[in-house]
Amino acid sequence: MTTTQPQTEAPAPREPDRKRTPLTWRQRLGRWDVKLSPYLYISPFWIVFGLVGLFPIVYTAFIAFQDWDLVRNSGTFTGFDNFAFVLQDREFWLSLRNTFSIFLLSSVPQIIVATFIAAMLDKNIRAKTFWRMGVLLPYVVAPVAVALIFSNMFGDKYGLINSLLNDIGIDSIRWHVDVIPSHFAIATMVNFRWTGYNALILLAAMQAIPRDLYEAAAIDGAGTMRRFFSVTLPQIRPTMIFVIITSTIGGLQIFDEPRMYDTVGRGGSNHQWETITLYLYNMGWGEFNFGRAAAVAWILFLIIVAFGLLNFFVTQRFIASETAGKAAKPKKVTK
Amino acid sequence: MSLSRRKTALGFAAGAATLALALAGCSSSGDTDSSAAPSDSAGGGDTMTNDEPVTLTLATFNQFGYSADSEGGADYMYDLIAEYQELHPNVTITYNVADTSNTARENFFTKLGPGGLADVEAIEVDWLPEAMQYSDLLADLTGGSPDGDWLQWKVDAATDADGRLIGYGTDIGPEAICYNADAFEAAGLPTDADEVAALFDGDWDTFFEVGQQYVDATGNAFYEENAAILQGMIGQLEAPYEDPETGEVIALDNAEVKDVYDTLTAASEAGLSSGLQQWGDDWAAGMANGDYAVTLCPAWFLGIIEGNAPDGNWGIANAFPNGGGNWGGAYLTVPAGGENVEAATELAAWLTAPEQQAKAFVNVGAFPSSESAAASDEVTSYVRPYYNDAPAGEIFAERAAAVEVSPFKGEFYFQVNDAMVNALRRVDEGTMSADESWAQFESDVTAIG
Repeated sequence: MTTTQPQTEAPAPREPDRKRTPLTWRQRLGRWDVKLSPYLYISPFWIVFGLVGLFPIVYTAFIAFQDWDLVRNSGTFTGFDNFAFVLQDREFWLSLRNTFSIFLLSSVPQIIVATFIAAMLDKNIRAKTFWRMGVLLPYVVAPVAVALIFSNMFGDKYGLINSLLNDIGIDSIRWHVDVIPSHFAIATMVNFRWTGYNALILLAAMQAIPRDLYEAAAIDGAGTMRRFFSVTLPQIRPTMIFVIITSTIGGLQIFDEPRMYDTVGRGGSNHQWETITLYLYNMGWGEFNFGRAAAVAWILFLIIVAFGLLNFFVTQRFIASETAGKAAKPKKVTK
Repeated sequence: MSLSRRKTALGFAAGAATLALALAGCSSSGDTDSSAAPSDSAGGGDTMTNDEPVTLTLATFNQFGYSADSEGGADYMYDLIAEYQELHPNVTITYNVADTSNTARENFFTKLGPGGLADVEAIEVDWLPEAMQYSDLLADLTGGSPDGDWLQWKVDAATDADGRLIGYGTDIGPEAICYNADAFEAAGLPTDADEVAALFDGDWDTFFEVGQQYVDATGNAFYEENAAILQGMIGQLEAPYEDPETGEVIALDNAEVKDVYDTLTAASEAGLSSGLQQWGDDWAAGMANGDYAVTLCPAWFLGIIEGNAPDGNWGIANAFPNGGGNWGGAYLTVPAGGENVEAATELAAWLTAPEQQAKAFVNVGAFPSSESAAASDEVTSYVRPYYNDAPAGEIFAERAAAVEVSPFKGEFYFQVNDAMVNALRRVDEGTMSADESWAQFESDVTAIG
């Protein structure tokens, strides 16, 4: 195709009049097919995305500048009032703190543990499929069900965990009163659900690593740890970045778990575990102030974009230095 | 069992079919006719009609006591939906039940403007003030009242400034005091329901004095949490948080509100409150384990105690501090944009008529807002075996008659109340002192609006 096209197209500009004659209907269809088909094939995604993704995003921006009445579907323009209110609201900053705290408590251990599990599953173990499917099991459980079970375990008075702690002589932890314990409890639910999922993605990346790299490293005298840090980690870098970024986006949008954490679903009497999404929800569906809720949505969007970019650069640099370390080593060995 | 399940499945199928057809049909009446026919044949119901066949949709939440099939309840004594369809062979009712009042609220306000609500929509008193702001979008039901014997305050709350009645009252929640008889015995207090009622006869001071007595004797907390008692105390103030004239938030200037707050936080410091948050797991377990001895209980609360403490020994005292109080209740509304407003109004009126209210009470304990229903034999003879055969119907009829005040609830009622509940909980939890928490409440309330 590419070799014939220049031939037919090349003479065309010189003699525009002759352009029509050589192209039959079929040929023209064929050209359109080449030029347009790819767009046609991806168009369903973009049409659906435009309808259910892009349009709401733009419409949310529109609402964010209004004092909006959901029922009458109308509003009055108020400029940046909604943004100003949100940024001056104590609740907003508390929920931002909570979101980041829960995010760090969940994503960091989650990725470390997931990498470890993936590395173990990558070994030659019996009943591979069984263990691999096993780690995915928590992911199948609906988040609300997970939240219900864990909320029960983390009960302040009659929870399973506190009674275990009492049995070994430790005082009850007030999971629903103190800030850090409540974050820890919610992060536990998130980790329970997502660790196995991330482990499987990382495992897939690890399986794609050529085995001769390990052999070569082993012959060079690298131990298990060394092989893990100098072969496995650098090789799964792109997947690692993907996992970190998706878990960042997910982590900043935690909603189900804090909402189901107590029966009120508003994040605690002193906003101990209210996350930004929960704040947004309360603003919209609790107070029916959709202008402010839309403003929160946009602020959250910007935070996620900023954090995602930061994350991307940091991850790239961090893992890049690992690769550099690996590159330096073989030289020394060969000498 | 399997038969009724199959029936439910069929009902769902029929419902889905009618819904799909109704959606496809949109506005022309010809389509509505055609949609009724297939649903009838699918449901196997009566198809014989003189009047034009019509499909009505009814949407409620939790358990209104209308039909066990749709509400997922145990055995109800009556099936009101089937009854209505028998009386009106041309009417097919598609009955949808939301799992919680919150789900229903979101659905209601999302569709109230653009359309798509059921022909008859139930709303809860908690969000009635919000619905009242859009009373023009709901049909005026003033003329259709069956015999107008609803409690006056129930009617007033659903009547807008122009005098339009937008909802027919279904149930109310007249409150009594439920007590754990075993815990009372351990504290040396009387356990007989009449004696306990005499003990609580008086105002809130009496209530807290008994509480202090109980705490001194046992060292245990007396009631569940401050926020639960707040509900009873605030419910007796005419205008707790907002000015009925202007709609302005006056919670911070209202000395009565501050009084309630001070009384409750003082009681909390004296150890009366267990601090277990209502509806939480610990709260439910605490009911069985005797962590607290009393709870303010409306009629619909009885089943909850039975569920949480199946082996417990609870009683109902026919008393309430300062007379009476109401907690909860609902209305049936007819969205004005619906296709079958007239037929829907008829259905709503029938469901809220005295006879049906009495039946719903027998089904699920939804206490009638109709005075003649409350006085009917069916209600007054109602006995609850769990509470040592307490004459529940009689008790709650008396409690309903004692309700004098219905507090003014405006646009901001629930935001302010929510801030107040949080303020009390912070003190219960010990995260803030009473003064700090009040200061936080002040800044929360200032931000509202």
